[in-house]
Order: sequence, then structure tokens, then C-alpha cells
Amino acid sequence: MTLDLLGFARGPALKAALAIFCAGVVWRIAAFALLRIRRDLNRPRTSMLKYMSMGVLAIGTRSWPHPQFVKRTGAGEALGYSYHLGLFAILLLFGPHIEFLGSLFGFTWPGLPSGVITGISAVTLTLFLGVLYRRVTSRVIRMLSNFDDYFSWFVTMLVMVTGMATTAHLGARYETLLALHILSVDLLLVWFPFGKLMHAFYIFPSRAINSAILARKGAPS
Amino acid sequence: MSASGPGLTVGEMLRKHGVSRRGFIKYCTATASALALPPWMGAAMAEQLRNAPRPSVVYLSFQECTGCFEAFTRSFSPTIEHLMFDIISLDYDDTLMAASGTAAESALASVMKEHFGRYVLIVDGSIPTGASGAYCTSGGRSAEVILREAAKGAAVILAVGTCSAFGGIPFADPNPTGAWPVSAIVGDRPIINVSGCPPIPEVITGTLLQYVTTGSLPDLDENRRPRAFYGNSIHDRCYRRPFYDEGKFAKTFDDEGARNGWCLYELGCKGPTTYNACATVKWNGGTSFPIESGHGCIGCSEPGFWDKGSFYTAQAAADFTKSGETRPLEVLEFAGATLTVGAVLGAGSAGVGRLRQHRSELDEVAQNDKGTP
Repeated sequence: MTLDLLGFARGPALKAALAIFCAGVVWRIAAFALLRIRRDLNRPRTSMLKYMSMGVLAIGTRSWPHPQFVKRTGAGEALGYSYHLGLFAILLLFGPHIEFLGSLFGFTWPGLPSGVITGISAVTLTLFLGVLYRRVTSRVIRMLSNFDDYFSWFVTMLVMVTGMATTAHLGARYETLLALHILSVDLLLVWFPFGKLMHAFYIFPSRAINSAILARKGAPS
Repeated sequence: MSASGPGLTVGEMLRKHGVSRRGFIKYCTATASALALPPWMGAAMAEQLRNAPRPSVVYLSFQECTGCFEAFTRSFSPTIEHLMFDIISLDYDDTLMAASGTAAESALASVMKEHFGRYVLIVDGSIPTGASGAYCTSGGRSAEVILREAAKGAAVILAVGTCSAFGGIPFADPNPTGAWPVSAIVGDRPIINVSGCPPIPEVITGTLLQYVTTGSLPDLDENRRPRAFYGNSIHDRCYRRPFYDEGKFAKTFDDEGARNGWCLYELGCKGPTTYNACATVKWNGGTSFPIESGHGCIGCSEPGFWDKGSFYTAQAAADFTKSGETRPLEVLEFAGATLTVGAVLGAGSAGVGRLRQHRSELDEVAQNDKGTP
């Protein structure tokens, strides 16, 4: 029996990567969720129901720029939202991706024509380059950035570039490009739980918890 | 076996059959076009063929189903009769020849001796090496012995069919006969792989004709297949490709998409990773090909095609379960196992974290106590 690069990428490598991804994500979430929350001995400024619901509400309200800072942070946030939407569209609405996810979850959904996805990919790729440009040109963001930020950007970009090359049959045979694309996805899955890509799971709970703590102290956000 | 002695040149043979020079050049130009050769090759082929002696061809069949030979005999352009009577001298073929037993074996020995270093060897079927080659023998000799012997004097070897090119179905896991492709047995002769299960008839005869007329190996891909026929994927040349680009897929073999002729990708079509001329040359004289008949490509011209999972699973689908195709229950088992490992690791980490929290709190209390008068 022969195992070619594509067979390896979508077989053993994908299996190992998914195992690390699933176990890693649960590990990271459980490790935080099961930590003991230090008891706040101060008297709450509002009822438990109120500060908890304010925490949940903050997931929405804190997801938009504060009116006072729109001019300063609006463009950055628009950039962030745009490429995230692009990524989601590519991941969830491209036919072969639907087929891949469908094979895991047992159901599929309608997708978009390949041409539309190619257009979205081109825009998303440009925005992604814009994000990097902003990171290296903004002194503050550059100082806040470390290897994790750049490597997380790199693995996501790698998936997009190899995916576009696969769709367009650029540079090599289709099966080689597809294998490289799946291997890049494998790399992303392995890196995901251990880098800043974990924000996909942390962002909303952390926003809610922080806001609830502040609301309890009488500083609703 | 040959219609007349191999001493005559092709040109002499054609004149004998009343073929005009103009008709011959037109034929060569059409053949060059079918082989995707440059336009000037038509005249060059005609010149070469006219003066060339008809090459001797030996056809050996080993561990195979004779499907490839059946395909070979159904070539429309050039036809097998035309090849055999006018272009080549088919001196040994155990399926077609009238002779049998010792007479056939001595015919093979005599051809190999007379045309040593010049004959074209066509091999059909894989070569079983298990049980000392006992799975496939002829005249008391194993396929491997016969092949090694015949390969010594061959100018070129055409491995016809996926079995001889890549091992094919006999080579598939668990390969009970220890089958191997020709290239694994013969390492010192030029080999052209003409893969397919079976190969397209015109691809077999076209490749043979190209070698005979040009006297050199065609441009080959990394799997030693002629690029003229295997240069493009089925997917790239498929008439259903526009539906793939539009995202229109048949979901079952009898749904509206299938009736409308939409792309068969989701039904497991292997067209994107299969290189062959099915979508252009087609079968039965250009009548149709599997995708046109409503079934996805099974990738039969690719190495290891039998071991690449289900023919009905989309290529984009994950392929890591024991069954060879992804099944929800196996995915659930996999997810359950990995999530449990993650939860245990997480609980362990949280336990360590809690211990640290506790120690840190104790330190804090101790420091506060020190500071209290």
C-alpha cells in the first residue's frame, strides 16, 4: 500500500493535528474554567443577576468602538472585522470546505460559487497584509507584539495562500497544492491551542467575565 | 504472427496496400495532431515511417484481466489492424497468436534473439513475486523471470495498464501475491507507463505509434507517462467544470443536479487528481467517458488508486478513520477520545494552578501576619 503526500496530509497528519487541536483547546479551556476564582469580599454594588447580565451584554457593547474613540480605533476595528468575516466566508461557504466539514459533522449547507469565494479570498488576503502593515508600522502595536502574533498571522496566511494556489492550480499539480494546503491547515490546528489563535474561544467569555467583575464593583461597561 | 515479413519498410507495406503518398501524409498529420505534437511533426513522421523498417513488438501478459488488451484491440485511430498490418510487426502476443505451447515459446525466443536491442516490449499486468513467482507462470517460468529475460533486449518497454505501470489492483493492500509494477523489476531499460484501468485504446496505440515514428521517448511526466495524454487533469478538461466553478454539485446520482449534469465532485469524482485523456480523447471513438455517463472518475490511471479510500467520498472530505472513509460514529469516537484527554489535562493543569493559588494566598497571609504588630 502506498501513502502519497496527499494521503499523508489528509490522513495521519490531519488526524494527529485534529487530535492535538481538540485536546489542546479543551485543555486550555478546562485549565482556566476549573481555576478557583478568588472570592471578592467587597459588598457588591448591584444584584448578582444585574452584574451577570451586564457581563453578557458587554459581549455586544464592547464589540463596537466606543463613540469617543471611533476616529482613533474605528479603522483598525473595521480592518479586523472585515478580514475575520472574509475568513469565515471562505471557511464556511466554499464547496470543498463544506464537504470537509460535512464529512466531520454529518451535514452540509449551501455554499457560494467558487468565483465569489476567489474574490472574497483576494480581498481578505489584501486586508491580511494590511493588518501586518499596521502591526509593523504602528509603534505601540509593534511593541506589544511578540513571536506569537507574527507566527499566528503567518500560519493563517499560509492556509489562505496555499488554498488560493490550490483553487487556481498555481505553481504545482493540484494534488501537491491540495496536500500543501491541508498540511498548512494541520500546522494551524496544531498551533491553535497554544498561541493567540485561542482568542477564538477566549474572547467572548473573557469580555463577559471582566465586565461582570467591573459591574459588581459598580463600574458597568 | 505478422501479416508479412518484417523486412519490408512501412512505406513499402503501404504502397503494397495501395495507400497514396498524399493520403499517408494526411494520416500522419492527423495522428500528430491527435498526439498533440507540433504541426511539422506530421511531415517528419511520414518521412521517418516511410523509410523505417516495421519494428518488432512483443506483447507479454502477466497478472491481469485482459481488459487492457481488450482496450488495445478497440482503438479507432489508429486501428489495431492498421498498426499490426502496416506499422508494426506484432511478433508475439499470447492472447492473439494461434501458436501455443513449445511453438509459442520458441517463437518468443527467436524474436528476442533476432531483434535483440531493437524490439518494443509491451507488458500488460503486474508481476507477482510471492511464493517464488508461482502465482503467474508460463511454460514453467515465472512472470518475473520472463520479464527480466525479455527486458534485456528491449529498446523500450511500454507498461500498458495501471497494473503494469503502478501495480494496480493486485498491488493494492494487502497485496497477497507480492505484485510489483514493471518499473520495480526492470531498472535499466527505458519505460513508458500507459496507465489506466484499462488505458484509453487510442492512448495505447498513439503512444506506440509515436515511439515507432519518432524513434525516441515522448515527453514523460514524473510517473513516466506521455505528457501528450497525461498532461492535464480530467477536472481541468471536464465539460462539467463550469458547474464546479459555479458551486453546482450533484448530491446523489438521481437528484436534480445529476439530471442537469452538474459537477460530480461531491459524489467522489477523482477528476481533480487524475491525469488522463478521458475528457478529451474519450472512449469508443470519442463517444463518451465515465463522467459523461453520469459516474465520477475513480482515478484509475493514478498510482495506488485502489487504496485511496472510497470512490464515492469527496476528495475534500477528511480521510482518517479505520474504514477508509469518514463515518460519523468513528468521528464521534475520535472526538470523544481527544476531548477526554484534553479535559483530563485541563483538570490536571487547573489542579496545579489551584495549588499555586493556595500557596500564594498562604504566603500573602504570612506576610500580612508579619507586618501586623
